[in-house]
Amino acid sequence: MIHSDLKTLSRALKEKQISSVELARLFLERIARLNPELNAFITVDEEKTLVAAKAADLRLASGSAGMLTGIPLAQKDLFCAQGWRTTCGSKMLENFVSPYDAAVVTKLEHEAGMVSLGKVNMDEFAMGSSNETSWFGAVKNPWDKTCVSGGSSGGSAAAVAAYLAPVATGSDSGGSIRQPAAFCGLSGIKPTYGVVSRYGMVAFASSLDQGGVIAHSAEDCAFVLAAMAGFDERDSTSLERPPEDYSRLLGQPLQGLKIGLPQEFFGAGANAEVVAAVLSAVEEYKRLGAKIVDVTLPNSHLSVPVYYVIAPAEASSNLSRFDGLRYGYRAPDCNDLREAYTKSRAQGFGAEVKRRILIGTYVLSHGYYDAYYLKAQRVRRLIADDFRRAFQKCDVILGPTSPTTAFKIGERSADLVALYLSDIYTIAVNLAGLPGLSIPCGFDSNGLPIGLQLIGNYFAEARLLNVAHRYQEATDWHTRRPQEFCGEF
Amino acid sequence: MSLTILEVERIARLARLEVTPAEVEISCQQLNGIFSLIEALKAVDTAGIEPMAHAQDACLRLRADEVIYRDEDGTARALFQSLAPEAENGLYLVPKVIE
Repeated sequence: MIHSDLKTLSRALKEKQISSVELARLFLERIARLNPELNAFITVDEEKTLVAAKAADLRLASGSAGMLTGIPLAQKDLFCAQGWRTTCGSKMLENFVSPYDAAVVTKLEHEAGMVSLGKVNMDEFAMGSSNETSWFGAVKNPWDKTCVSGGSSGGSAAAVAAYLAPVATGSDSGGSIRQPAAFCGLSGIKPTYGVVSRYGMVAFASSLDQGGVIAHSAEDCAFVLAAMAGFDERDSTSLERPPEDYSRLLGQPLQGLKIGLPQEFFGAGANAEVVAAVLSAVEEYKRLGAKIVDVTLPNSHLSVPVYYVIAPAEASSNLSRFDGLRYGYRAPDCNDLREAYTKSRAQGFGAEVKRRILIGTYVLSHGYYDAYYLKAQRVRRLIADDFRRAFQKCDVILGPTSPTTAFKIGERSADLVALYLSDIYTIAVNLAGLPGLSIPCGFDSNGLPIGLQLIGNYFAEARLLNVAHRYQEATDWHTRRPQEFCGEF
Repeated sequence: MSLTILEVERIARLARLEVTPAEVEISCQQLNGIFSLIEALKAVDTAGIEPMAHAQDACLRLRADEVIYRDEDGTARALFQSLAPEAENGLYLVPKVIE
C-alpha cells in the first residue's frame, strides 16, 4: 500500500480497503522507524495526524470525499499550520507554534481533506541547495546516506523517496523543488509565479518564492497541484485566474510537440553522465513523436549573479521582521533594546542566512541600490525575454535539472560560489516566473538519480505535466526505489 | 570593488546583526567572493531596459482601507502575545530603551 500512487490510494480509501487512520498509521510507523536515519521530519504529532485522519474517514463515509481525501502528505516546514510548530529550519522559529494556517494548508488539508503526517526539514529560511543550512541538521539522501538530499525542500524529497509520505509540499525560489526532486529520483513541479498562494508561507524572496509539489510521478503532482493552486486575495501577487484541472491533458499524444534544447544547458559545466542521460531522454521523446529544435538563452549565465542580488535583497527586507520581541528567539541577557535586536538576530539566524542578510542590506543601501538592485532587475528582464523568444520556436524547453547528481554531505560547504553556481539551470526559471518541473531520467555510475528539467511557457503547467507523464508511461525511471528504504512491502 | 572590514561592520549595524571581529573578517572574504560573481552584471548593457519586479508585470492589488477585524475581547491579542518571548497585561516587554 505504501508504494501506491495517489489514484490507487484514493480508490482503496473509497472502496474501504483501508481507512485513512490505517493509512496514516502505516506511514507514521515508517517515520518513527526510519526518520532517525534520514532526518527528513522536524516535527511529527501522531495525535494531530490521527485526528485529521478520523475526520477524513468521516468524510469518506458520508460520501463528501474528494479525490485526495484521506491521503497523507508531508508539509514543508515553511507552511504555517495552526497548532503545529513551524520552524522554517531555523533556531529563530524553533518554538514558534503557528496561530494560523497557510493558504496551502487550508486548501490541501481542510478543503481537499489530505492528512498531514508532519513538518519536513529544509534549509534555513529556504536558503540553500543541500539542506545543510538547517538548524535541525542535514537531511540524508535515501539513495546514499552520505549524500545530500538537495535543497531547500530536502526533507520533502527524502520523505517521499523513502516512502515516509506519498507526497510532499515544497517551495521553490531558485530550484528548491526541482533540484531535490532530481537528487532523490522524484517528480517535482514549481508552477508559474502567482499560481499558488504565498499566504502563510514564510517569506524568503517574495518575487521568486512559489509553492509546489514533490511526488513519485507527474500524474501525482498534477492532482495535488490542482488542489493547492488558485487565486487568493490575501497574497498581493496571487494571479486572478479560474481554477484549473492540471490532469486534464494527461495521456494526450506528443505528436508534433516542439522541444527546445538550449545549448547553454549542455555546456562544459554539466557532468557527462548527466548530459548522456538527458540526451537519451531526448531520443525517447523523438520516439514519442516530438520534434527537437535548437534554442538559445544567451543571458542565462547571468541568472546566478542576478539571483544573488535580488534574493538576498528581498530576504534582508523580509527577515527584518525577526526582532526578538513579538515572536521567535530572544537572546538572554540583553542590556538594552538595541542588543535585543542585534543579539537575538545574531544568535537566532545561521551563517548562510546572515550572509544573505548582509548582501541584501548592502545592495539596498544608499548609493548602491541603482548599481545593484535595479541593475539586477533590468538583467532579470533580459533573462525573461530570452525565454519569450525561445517559446516562439518551441513548446517546452528541456535540459538537465542540475549539472551533477547528489554530492557528498559537507563537500561543497567550503566553496560558496561553487555551491551557488550549481543552481545555474533552475534559477533562470524563477527569475522569469515560468513553470518548471523535474523528472528522473536515469542514474549515474554511483547509482544516484539524474533529473531532467522541463520548462513551460506561462500557465502551461497542464501541458508540461503531460509531457512528463508521457515520458513516464514510456519509461520506468520514476518507479525505481532506493533499496535500503524500500526493500520491504 | 572590494568590501572593507569597516564596510562590513557598517552593513552589520544596518542589518541589526551583532558580529564579532573574527566573523567580520570571514564575512568580508566570503562577501567579496560573492560580489566577484555579481560583478558580471556591470558589463551588461541594460540601457532602455525596464526593471522587472513581477514576472507578469502585475501590480500589487490593494484592498479597501477599512477595518476588517475587531478584536473586541482581546482573544487574538492573547493568541499572538502567547508567542512573544515576554509579554504582560497585553504589552510586549522589551529591555530598557532610555536611561
